[in-house]
Amino acid sequence: MSKIIEGLYYAESHEYVRVEGEYGYVGITDYAQHELGNVVYVDMPDVDDDVTAGEDFGAVESVKAASDLISPVSGTVVEVNEALNDNPELVNSDPYENWIIKVQLSDAAEVENLMDADAYKAMINE
Amino acid sequence: MIRNYDKLIFELSKEGRVGYSLPKNELKDRYCICNLPDNLKRESKPCLPQVTEFDVVRHYTNLSNKNFGVDTGFYPLGSCTMKYNPRLNEEIAALPAFATLHPEVPVEAAQGALEVYYNLAASLAEISGLSAFTLNPYAGAHGELTGLMIMRSYHLQRGDTKRTKVIVPDSAHGTNPASAAVCGLEIVEVKSTANGTVDVEDLKPLLDDTIAGIMMTNPNTLGIFETEIPEIARLVHECGGLLYYDGANLNAVLGKCRPGDMGFDIMHINLHKTFSTPHGGGGPGDGPVGVRAGLEHLLPNPQVKKNADGRYYIENDALSAGNVSNFLGNFGVLLRAYTYILTLGCENVKMVGPLAVLNANYVKESLKDVYYLPIEGVCKHEFVFDGLADKSTGVTTLDIAKRLLDYGYHAPTIYFPLLFHQSIMIEPTETESKETLDEFIAVMRLVAKEALENPDIVKNAPYNTPVRRLDETTAARFPKTTYKQLKG
Amino acid sequence: MKYFPHTQQDIEQMLSVAGLKSMDDLYGEIPQQLLFNREFDLPEAMSEVEIRKFFETLGKKNSQLVCFAGAGVEDHYSPSVIAPVISRGEFLTAYTPYQPEISQGTLQYIFEYQSMICELTGMDVTNASMYDGTTATAEAMMMCVAIAKKRNKVLVSATMNPRVRSVVETYAKYQGVIVETIAEKDGVTDLVDLESKLAGDDVAGVILAQPNYYGIVEDYTGVADMCHARKAMFVMNAKPSALAVLKSPAEWGADIACGDAQSLGIPMCYGGPYVGYLACNSANVRKLPGRIVGATTDVDGKRAFVLTLQAREQHIRREKANSNICSNQSLMALYVTMYMSVMGEQGLKDACSLSYSGAHYLADALVATGKCVMAFDKPFFNEFAVKTTVPAQKILDTLASEGILGGVRIADDMLLVCVTEQRTKEDIDKFVETVKNI
Repeated sequence: MSKIIEGLYYAESHEYVRVEGEYGYVGITDYAQHELGNVVYVDMPDVDDDVTAGEDFGAVESVKAASDLISPVSGTVVEVNEALNDNPELVNSDPYENWIIKVQLSDAAEVENLMDADAYKAMINE
Repeated sequence: MIRNYDKLIFELSKEGRVGYSLPKNELKDRYCICNLPDNLKRESKPCLPQVTEFDVVRHYTNLSNKNFGVDTGFYPLGSCTMKYNPRLNEEIAALPAFATLHPEVPVEAAQGALEVYYNLAASLAEISGLSAFTLNPYAGAHGELTGLMIMRSYHLQRGDTKRTKVIVPDSAHGTNPASAAVCGLEIVEVKSTANGTVDVEDLKPLLDDTIAGIMMTNPNTLGIFETEIPEIARLVHECGGLLYYDGANLNAVLGKCRPGDMGFDIMHINLHKTFSTPHGGGGPGDGPVGVRAGLEHLLPNPQVKKNADGRYYIENDALSAGNVSNFLGNFGVLLRAYTYILTLGCENVKMVGPLAVLNANYVKESLKDVYYLPIEGVCKHEFVFDGLADKSTGVTTLDIAKRLLDYGYHAPTIYFPLLFHQSIMIEPTETESKETLDEFIAVMRLVAKEALENPDIVKNAPYNTPVRRLDETTAARFPKTTYKQLKG
Repeated sequence: MKYFPHTQQDIEQMLSVAGLKSMDDLYGEIPQQLLFNREFDLPEAMSEVEIRKFFETLGKKNSQLVCFAGAGVEDHYSPSVIAPVISRGEFLTAYTPYQPEISQGTLQYIFEYQSMICELTGMDVTNASMYDGTTATAEAMMMCVAIAKKRNKVLVSATMNPRVRSVVETYAKYQGVIVETIAEKDGVTDLVDLESKLAGDDVAGVILAQPNYYGIVEDYTGVADMCHARKAMFVMNAKPSALAVLKSPAEWGADIACGDAQSLGIPMCYGGPYVGYLACNSANVRKLPGRIVGATTDVDGKRAFVLTLQAREQHIRREKANSNICSNQSLMALYVTMYMSVMGEQGLKDACSLSYSGAHYLADALVATGKCVMAFDKPFFNEFAVKTTVPAQKILDTLASEGILGGVRIADDMLLVCVTEQRTKEDIDKFVETVKNI
């Protein structure tokens, strides 16, 4: 059973965003890391890059698969999780603790287009 | 065979050993390399091995013993056409009259080589039903890129600048979309029907004046012939696009039907698949590209031509799609392919496809009770199982592939095409005998039996190979790609 | 037909198992109008005896000339041990090593190849090889643009081999990448022009050659800083055989090294197969295209090698891959790996020394004939450009009539002449004597 956390917003492409004030922390869900298997590399954008909701901003690689990272929100990248460069397996061990990018949100209302925990749970159980 | 040999060449190195001999430098006193200005000279010392000639021979011979090749055993690798690689081809390619030829020799001094190029190109045009070929691209993916450059140039030179998209079936080889992207084209995916062929109804709405063309292989990656191809060609041409034929599966129809007659405008051929040149552990191959009449001038430069009095010459066409290679491709590979065509001759070329297709259907029908065949019917040169018929013990396609290694077979292509979860793609080629296929069928049945009766044995295979399953996760997380990094 | 094992009985039995009546049934679903129904316009099958004769005759239509041509392809010594070993079926007829358990031979030699290329160039990582030097340089251009993200201009020196330049330009054209030329001054890259072209802060990469097209060893002091100050990548197309002696791309501060490794003993074979190399710093390994082999262990803890970082490649990333390349030139990578093993550092240096001495001896002697003057007054390696006082073509034609390929004509009055360790003093003296008598 994949872990799903209340209070986060979820995208159909299995990214989550945790909103704290004007910032959003974006990562992949537990379900996504499980499907992907051992993560060997996380391709992240640079600080100051802009991201757009629905467009890809990087990728997560396992040994023989790669999954694009689709941003659930729009804004500017203010921080990337540097720890993932040396320890990509952190995404497997706790994907919610180990977010991938921190975004300064340009439109806080965008998260309303995403799913809440219950809706996401329903989706992956389908 | 010494399968446990585990040294790197660097680990044989001993200060002071040499493996070479060169003439004495009589001119050294007058013209010493030490006179080069110091700031242009190397400071660090490259750490190359210091070994004897014999060390080198024995080391690499031992390494070869840890390898599997077509010469070693059966290679049912789907989409790779691992047919016999005749030794005569190698002998011809090594002839000093060709092997010592510098690409800048005047054309008068290279008439023999140019004749090989010209006649091989003409033979491929006849076999594929197109007008002209370049042999310059180095490999299949390189041929695709070249072909797409030709497609784009065709539109651009007509002033049709809107055509920036190319349609690729969802079952296509990964190189198709990747080549399109490198050529600056946007990819539009067309769906497959339940039986794996291009869905013509899904295709129709995609066709408009932004479409440069479509990339297809026929038969497709499931080994199914796209019988709707005349209709697809009509639709694509009607919208102003061109049809590109990925020649990866040409062996299926070799001698039986021709891409040009199917309506394709541009294609590539993998000489290392269809025309028996060796894969060499991943190359060199060669990826000739052919075009229909009217597109010849777009072929890459340099181009080989023949004048009225039978002399060959090299020409650069100003309207060409560009230069894609150093010179005239992997010429040594061209010699091999030409030798093969001459050996077959007009009469035997016709039998390649049919015998390859016979072998594939024979294996398919002999195994479909124990492996799940998602698409019934006559296949072409290859076919796809979706794992075991009985998957109750959890044995996967990967496990089956690894178990086959224990029995002395190369694994089939696995997890491709992506349309099924447990794809096992088998292509026997025409050069394998009924006896070889019978033995392979028996082993495949044995593995299916083991999978039910003793699944752990299959899940942990292989056991008899020089190394067993590898830790690929660590290899990718902490890449060590040189001896220096390995030593730490 | 010796390549078809099927007897008539086999065919009948196999058709029966397949539930078919005739060979035609194998293509029963194909629309009739698509079936090929005439004879191929090809020669009839030839026997081995006839084929040998055929190619012997064809070979005689080529002329065997003593080679003083270079321009990116050189006539180097190839040790006798290489050909027999690389033609072993286990190497020659193997597929790409996707099944590592039965491909350790291929995987290990690629690992050794990568190790040696990194030693010569000084770079951290390289891939399992590229098609040739021209496409390797085009891929280097693509890496620059990918790494720079928002820039789409690269600079290529006017002293780059034109064959390399034309392939870079072709790839660039279709990707909307702009290729500008850095001017040439006295046979070398004009660094003042380079600096001014970098000033717009819009250049993704700068591609320079070492030695350059004219055989000149360029002084790239300060170039790395100049590029990096403008956030541009510094790419060096270097001849690997010369790197035993010349400052390595890493020592010049290059971010990417690339080129053709034909000079490491590969026969000229009318342009191929050769092998391209492409190397970079660890930081950019994810942008490096093509196959890469890495070390790991198997379940029993035994050292082993495997294709790694595959998620960058086309078979997984499809249109998002950093290149469409699939094949490498594996067998040719083995060729140069064996060459570097046989030669070692000292062998490479000795070959460089012989080539250098021969080239400088020839240059002096040609000038002494009065038919040539040095085109440039710059340090050169084993190749040099001369201005000729008689038409260059006339010199080449005269030499050809004496069995000598005198070089490459790069202008009506300019010749590019190359000497390798294969050319003896007698070869050179005959060259000079022939020119003197024109």
